[in-house]
Amino acid sequence: MSNEATIIEDVHVKSVTSHDVHEHGDHGHHEHHETFLSKYVFSMDHKMIAKQFLITGMVWAVLGGLMSVLFRLQLGYPDASFPFLESLLGKWAKGGQITPEAYYALVTTHGTVLVFFVLTAGLSGTFANFLIPLQIGARDMASPFMNMLSYWFFFVASVVMLSSMFVETGPFSGGWTAYPPLSALGDASPGSKTGMDLWIIAMSLFIVSSLLGGLNYIATILNMRTKGMSMTRLPLTIWALFFTAVLGVLSFPVLLSGMILLIFDRNFGTSFYLSDIFVNGVGALPNEGGSAILYQHLFWFLGHPEVYIILLPAMGMVSEIMSVSSRKPIFGYMAMLGSLFAIAALAFLVWAHHMFVTGLNPFLGSVFVLLTLLIAVPSAIKVFNWLTTLWRGNIRFTPGMLFAIGFVSLFISGGLTGIWLGNAALDIHLHDTYFVIAHFHIVMGVASMFGMFAGMYHWFPKMYGRFMNNTLGYIHFWVTIAGAYLIFWPMHYEGLAGMPRRYFDFSIWESFKQFGELNKFITIVSMIVFAVQILFLMNFFYSIFKGRKVTSENPWEANTLEWTTPIRPGHGNWVGEIPEVHRWAYDYGKDGKDFIQQTTPVGADESTH
Amino acid sequence: MSLYLSIAIIALIFIVIFQIAKASEYVSVLKGEEVARKQSNKINGFLMIAFMVLGFVGIYVCNEYLFDKTLLAQEAASIQGEKVDQMIWITLIVTGIVFVITQILLFWFAYKYQENDNRKVFFFAHSTKLELIWTAIPAITLTVLVIFGLRNWFFFTGEAPKNAMVVEVTGKQFGWIFRYPGKDAVFGKKYYKNIDPAVNSVGIVWDDKLAQDDILTEQTMYVVKGTPVKLIIGSRDVIHDVGLSHFRLKMDAVPGIPTTMWFTPKFTTAEMKEKTGNPNFAYEISCDQMCGNGHYSMKGIVEVVTQEEYDLWMAKQKAQYLVAFPEKDPSNVPAASSAKTTDSTAKTAVAKM
Repeated sequence: MSNEATIIEDVHVKSVTSHDVHEHGDHGHHEHHETFLSKYVFSMDHKMIAKQFLITGMVWAVLGGLMSVLFRLQLGYPDASFPFLESLLGKWAKGGQITPEAYYALVTTHGTVLVFFVLTAGLSGTFANFLIPLQIGARDMASPFMNMLSYWFFFVASVVMLSSMFVETGPFSGGWTAYPPLSALGDASPGSKTGMDLWIIAMSLFIVSSLLGGLNYIATILNMRTKGMSMTRLPLTIWALFFTAVLGVLSFPVLLSGMILLIFDRNFGTSFYLSDIFVNGVGALPNEGGSAILYQHLFWFLGHPEVYIILLPAMGMVSEIMSVSSRKPIFGYMAMLGSLFAIAALAFLVWAHHMFVTGLNPFLGSVFVLLTLLIAVPSAIKVFNWLTTLWRGNIRFTPGMLFAIGFVSLFISGGLTGIWLGNAALDIHLHDTYFVIAHFHIVMGVASMFGMFAGMYHWFPKMYGRFMNNTLGYIHFWVTIAGAYLIFWPMHYEGLAGMPRRYFDFSIWESFKQFGELNKFITIVSMIVFAVQILFLMNFFYSIFKGRKVTSENPWEANTLEWTTPIRPGHGNWVGEIPEVHRWAYDYGKDGKDFIQQTTPVGADESTH
Repeated sequence: MSLYLSIAIIALIFIVIFQIAKASEYVSVLKGEEVARKQSNKINGFLMIAFMVLGFVGIYVCNEYLFDKTLLAQEAASIQGEKVDQMIWITLIVTGIVFVITQILLFWFAYKYQENDNRKVFFFAHSTKLELIWTAIPAITLTVLVIFGLRNWFFFTGEAPKNAMVVEVTGKQFGWIFRYPGKDAVFGKKYYKNIDPAVNSVGIVWDDKLAQDDILTEQTMYVVKGTPVKLIIGSRDVIHDVGLSHFRLKMDAVPGIPTTMWFTPKFTTAEMKEKTGNPNFAYEISCDQMCGNGHYSMKGIVEVVTQEEYDLWMAKQKAQYLVAFPEKDPSNVPAASSAKTTDSTAKTAVAKM
């Protein structure tokens, strides 16, 4: 403990002298008496904030995952009754059977929570915070205080979202996309009453959190790179996180504007989204002239970039881990960079492909078909570059590497069905069927989750100074990838039968009821996969305290800067001066040397590439 | 009780797995990190190739088991559907080839290039030629798919043929209302504030002469085999979606903004019963846009019939005007009292559409 304190002290002295940090000696002195509150709760250390994001994200992942198991029970066993559901959900599962209200609330919350709280905050919140300063060679974020605020806004958003589960009319239940008029009219659905107000508040707080974080990431990457770390020497993780932050900063405000208009329509009698509405039992509403489709434009203007906000960090981490574990440079660094840029730019120009069947102008639709399918080109470049990175490498199957390979497999599978759905003439048949569920769960949900797992296994030693258990990691990987395919592959067939999403029960449908057995099968597999994630959590938390200790600074023999810090870095990351960078991050297997860290000066006899 | 028992069993299994995993970690520490890593590397390398092989077997089995349950196993019921199916097959072949090649390469490389002391890593960081190849090939392939897709898209969303019959579809929580224009083949005006769930479910403006022969039905829509039908789609409350999976089409029903869709049915319902061998077959309209707690039960039926059957059915329908004002119906005994004043709201009605 005292050892750590001296390191911190040391760091501060150095930072004051060599980097003109706006802190004076006194402040450094206070660090000696770091309280529990300032170290673990209101921490301004980017590493601690990263862990806060990660663990909050994990809590939400468990809740969101559990919700999916509950509604899968309904889909797999529509006629059975499970008494424990009544003990768990009370009036929402009278007699052990989930009510439609509860079913739709579960589906909606599952979607919202996993997309925003787990795969946005939990993924880029964790790894942007953790990796950006460590990999670019900075003591902390540009604004540690803003960074702390970013987490606490997320925390409050989480509390509000959680509290919406307990209001009498139930949480919001109109789907995570929250299309008005359904989301605007409490009379059309009980979930759109108080539950929806809380949902909007939670989302707005979340957007604030994400903007505070994103601005910080961008500022840090652009301004605080260590000496020698030019933009083209940055590891691909950082590039991916950079584009992610840019996407978030440019698109989240649009969603916020959409939410504000929705608040106005709900509470102040405006008609942005409402027109010509007659609600059963209430009568005709006075609102005229609004457009329900306007909301969809605003929503998907964030909603589509959001997909890449989720996916890009995973891509970046996979590139890094794949290169390290293949002991080979990432193939086509500049092409990887270019394709990240192309994806980020195109992300803003494809949103209306979610709206092909809203009656939008067919010509507009055709432009969006073209731009959407264009995204397949940079995506294909990335896949082929990953494959070439593996080719003639010397692969070490660490759990992180397994998940990275799994990511590529899932990205291919889910990406290819995107070519189906991006083509409007096919979307007009497959839109809002199980085909879509299969597509986005594989390519965005599970693939990004795999990227996240890869990152967690790979950087766990840096986070906690210990390793996670490998055997459990292998079990986790193989069960999860097999399970993911078993769950989502057959759903393509359900979609090809036209089976619609968000149905509580299919028994009255002559066209869709043939899949009863399959739905049961999917439910069982999803429970097994969920159980294995619990095993992963046990591994994670056990290893924090009891895992095998890391004994060298650079356990994966990697080139990037985070592996030049002490095994358990204090606030400030490096003891002494921040190292200077002399080369890119991917000199693996060069000139017969297994790896050359970025801090190694370029030798006179070294070949150039 | 059984719940606690199963939780206990699951917890027990977890603990056993956990202990085994911990034990294996101790063993690997004893053996030395290097040796342990190589052993697990071999196992995982083998699992890579095993997973790929099992995966392809699984895909085959899945297809055997499920293909007949999809719509691809039966002929599309509209001429639009034929084009959709054709496109599905083309896209399936293109993406299928890419899928097989890339997945094989991925798992094969992972297996083949697992760690081996004798291998010297090939330092291969860049190749403009390769990058150009795999930029150009996907770009060309996608152009082909886009051309196919857009031709169909413009056909689907283009003008309906002149001889198309027109039906207005209105979604509501949780059912469908259909309006036929009657003898004059023109819909009368409607205004949502005129809606009266009992007799005027879409808000027809009765003053409009064109509206007085309009016919309203619920839940079942009759259309004629071989005759194009154009749907004018709207909604009374929230967004719904007219999902016609057998015709391979769908279109949202948005309050305040009418949308359209047209298709030409190829088989009557009776013919489809025979073709599918299912006596309960029906062209079901599924609501495909989340619309509230009854979303899953929002079902309508398209009854495809021959022209004669249609004419017969149509002859039996009564104009909604006469349903709303029975005293105006010549087939009723004329009422002695003077005609009821028409709906006052109708006077202020604004023409919509």
